[in-house]
Amino acid sequence: MLHRPALHAWQTRWLNRCRNALRNPLNLIGAAALLFLAYTIVWPVLHMIYTTLVWRTQDARLTAAADPGHLTFYHWQRVLASDISWSLFYKPVVNALSVGLSVSVVSMVLGCGLAWLVTRTDIPFKKTITFLAIIPYLLPSWMLSQAWLTFFKNSKIGGTPGILQSLLHVAPPDWISYGYVPIVMTLSIHDSVYFFLLVGAALSSMNSQLEEAAEMVGAGRLQVLRRIVFPLVLPSVLSGFILIFTKAVSSYGVPALLGTPVNFYMISTMLYSSMRSRLTTEASVLSLTLMLISIGAIYLNQRLIGRRRSYVTVSGKGSAVTHTSLGRWKLPAAAATVISMVIVAVVPLLVLLLQTFLLKDGSFSAANLTLHYWLGGSDPSINTGEKGVLQNPIFLLALKNSLVIAGIASVIAAVMGLLFGYVVARGKNSAMGRLVDQLSFFPYFIPGISLAAIYITMFAKPVLFIPALYGTITIIILITVVKELPFTVKAGGASLMQIGNELEEAAVLGGASWFTRFRRLLLPLSRKSLLSAFILVFIGAMKEMELIIMLVTPRTETLTTLTFYYVEKGYEQLTNVVLMIIIAIVVTVYLLAVKFGKADLTKGIGGQ
Amino acid sequence: MSAIQLKQIHVNVQNKHILKGVDLTIEEGDFVTLLGPSGCGKTTLLRTIAGLQKLNEGTIVIAGKEVANGSMSFHMDPAKRGVSLVFQSYALWPHMTVFDNVAFGLQIRKLGKPEIRQRVMASLDKMRIPELADRYPGELSGGQQQRVAIARAIVTSPEILLLDEPLSNLDAKLRTEMRAELKRLHGELGTTIVYVTHDQQEAMTMSTKVAVFFGGELVQVDTPRELYRHPKTLQVAEFMGSGDHKLNRVEGICRSSGNECYIRTPLGDFRVAEGDGDPDRGVVMTLKPEDIVLHEKRKEGLIPVKVKDVHPSGAESLIRIDYGDVQLTARILGDPEFEPGQLLYAEIREDRINMYDKQTGCRLEPVTFHIKPAMEELHR
Repeated sequence: MLHRPALHAWQTRWLNRCRNALRNPLNLIGAAALLFLAYTIVWPVLHMIYTTLVWRTQDARLTAAADPGHLTFYHWQRVLASDISWSLFYKPVVNALSVGLSVSVVSMVLGCGLAWLVTRTDIPFKKTITFLAIIPYLLPSWMLSQAWLTFFKNSKIGGTPGILQSLLHVAPPDWISYGYVPIVMTLSIHDSVYFFLLVGAALSSMNSQLEEAAEMVGAGRLQVLRRIVFPLVLPSVLSGFILIFTKAVSSYGVPALLGTPVNFYMISTMLYSSMRSRLTTEASVLSLTLMLISIGAIYLNQRLIGRRRSYVTVSGKGSAVTHTSLGRWKLPAAAATVISMVIVAVVPLLVLLLQTFLLKDGSFSAANLTLHYWLGGSDPSINTGEKGVLQNPIFLLALKNSLVIAGIASVIAAVMGLLFGYVVARGKNSAMGRLVDQLSFFPYFIPGISLAAIYITMFAKPVLFIPALYGTITIIILITVVKELPFTVKAGGASLMQIGNELEEAAVLGGASWFTRFRRLLLPLSRKSLLSAFILVFIGAMKEMELIIMLVTPRTETLTTLTFYYVEKGYEQLTNVVLMIIIAIVVTVYLLAVKFGKADLTKGIGGQ
Repeated sequence: MSAIQLKQIHVNVQNKHILKGVDLTIEEGDFVTLLGPSGCGKTTLLRTIAGLQKLNEGTIVIAGKEVANGSMSFHMDPAKRGVSLVFQSYALWPHMTVFDNVAFGLQIRKLGKPEIRQRVMASLDKMRIPELADRYPGELSGGQQQRVAIARAIVTSPEILLLDEPLSNLDAKLRTEMRAELKRLHGELGTTIVYVTHDQQEAMTMSTKVAVFFGGELVQVDTPRELYRHPKTLQVAEFMGSGDHKLNRVEGICRSSGNECYIRTPLGDFRVAEGDGDPDRGVVMTLKPEDIVLHEKRKEGLIPVKVKDVHPSGAESLIRIDYGDVQLTARILGDPEFEPGQLLYAEIREDRINMYDKQTGCRLEPVTFHIKPAMEELHR
């Protein structure tokens, strides 16, 4: 009887502790988030590493030593040190690294130059230039490759020759038509927009008084650039460099179009063809290599920037910026910039559009104009009877799939980003908050094509209550959501960080449950960032290629994969019709968002 | 029955021990101010009472009901404690109108629309801002936002109203106005109010009781008058005197002879009734500037002082005076025409002198005071 109250107190204490833990929404959402992240990110990566280390049943055909189910370094050895390693591994790695570096350097020069012109000089037409700079972002990167081929294609892979050849009657050499040079060119043009946005933001937030202060103590113009401006923008230049490097190294669409015809393989394209030829373990090794390169690049970035990252934000909102006068170069510079940007951003678009109306490729006569590829029925003499796009049931299915995938994935990704961001923002001092933050950033390290490779094996069979997702729309939505997590969680966290904790506490005192708080306070207050996230994911999903190319089946065909199907078949005009439709959707959504949602995409694109 | 009873409250915030065993009882209808320098834990205590901060040890009883118990890990929902909190930042929801801001808590309680309307308008009326109902917080001035925040807090008729430095974001004029407003509100509602501030004057003018905090511990709980006259420790005395009331501080030595203790200071000798503690310990005597009266004519019992400089500020003036090596400041009404170097005679209000042990900072009491005549000669 004496010790009963003590026991009772002990029990009550634990009961109360459990109740407290369960009543805290942070714990519940955090636990759900961790479960999701563990299953969709951590487990797949671990699983893939594991598969590269065990014998598979199929390996018995390759070597007698195979012992299915047991550990082995055979696959690694086969990829890294065997007679096929040069063509399977080292050559693609070298190609990927050299393309990555070249693209980063070229985009850095283009992007920084443009950013400097727009933010720091008195060049006219700034708005036009900025708008033109955004256009390549709205287009899929491989659209430029398609345009490149239209211009510079030679007769190597058959079909009608490019515009250059039909005009000059000289076949461009292979190195101009295919491989390293065009890949670097098209990727650089597409990716320099990231540099433009990142460095432009750093430059415009930098207070001119910092430069003026240096001038006051007698520093020359070059000294100011070298000792003040350059160190201040260095962090953003470095982040841009790494961002573009990782993007370029893992890009798939461009090297597939421009590299494969001349057997110029990068890790991503080699990965794809290994998957196609059922060398899945070898593909996994390639995936891991690609991930290691990305992780290495980002780690290097962290080390190099370190504490300096804060420089840019320290200078905060810039006061009036004094612009460098270009003097009499003002107009020529503006003209040159606008013209060259029109050439890279608008002309390819127009050429591809025009091409869709040409019955026979390369012949620009009035009699050759047709709407057949848009509206025509089946004609056995053209493209072996493939119907015009708008009549084609395959196209309609792909359009529906694309819209469904992009629509659903962007809503889920945006809301999920906000929920995970809640855990990150409110739990930033707890282990759970930090874990969610770091895990949700992890997909950034996993190149899209590697992630897809993992998901194929992982969701091929049903696990527990999760059915076999391979071949469904669901897996494509899932992978899109997961791949966008780094961006959406950062955006959601940042917007919730701005909503003071006290606003929520005031509602807690009023008796509002967490759901009510979310619905009536957090959701409306973070509307703008939610919308931006939604739009960015939507646009990304509409032009997504490397992430889903391996996951689609005829039933889940999307617009992007349809264009690839047409490319493989050599149906130039049909490819371009679909491309035009993708671009039309993306641009429409973008304009609607800017007009009605006041969404500021320029902030989100460089946000990673 | 007391409105709030705090017993041995210990609170850690991010592994830092913020509150170290706070005991405080607040009676119904009290206007209690938690006063202390920034970082002393007063806001943490307020949040702990509201339930926004979980305590690690101790118990809180509100209106006879236990709402938190550290050893049981029991924390009642903030909304069920019958308290309202006005945040320092006001925490008005920027996407809702003033009406919706005030109505939110009632909507959560699922009251009928007519009743919500009537109660919200009554609350806005009480704060004298019914015309702002349809505006958004972003369109209001700081003072108006403050009124909305209070209206939102009182609309649910809480038994206890907690205010966290509500006036710190207002300019001087609005602050005086809101002080009067809060005092009126306290009178009208009769609610128990717990008020956090670091401003001594605010604490003095508004509260019925002031609780002074230092480093997470409650040092003194008293009426404003008692706190003003007899701060319990040197630290409190100096905190109460900071700002424009610079406290006069004169150091002395305490000597015991037999049963009695004598304190010798440059200003004179004092006898302390109880002679406990070390012999020969250091003592600090404090005296407020307003407790020194300056005379131009010599009189019995006055000490002769020399004017160092004069700082007039209109209604009152601070006069810095020297008495031998001792520097004192006197505060007098008006704008006297004293010249530096002028000889004056200071009258010290003996009953307002406080003595503190220099080591422990504790107040020694009671004291009797007499000036040795010899001191007068010393000056010449």
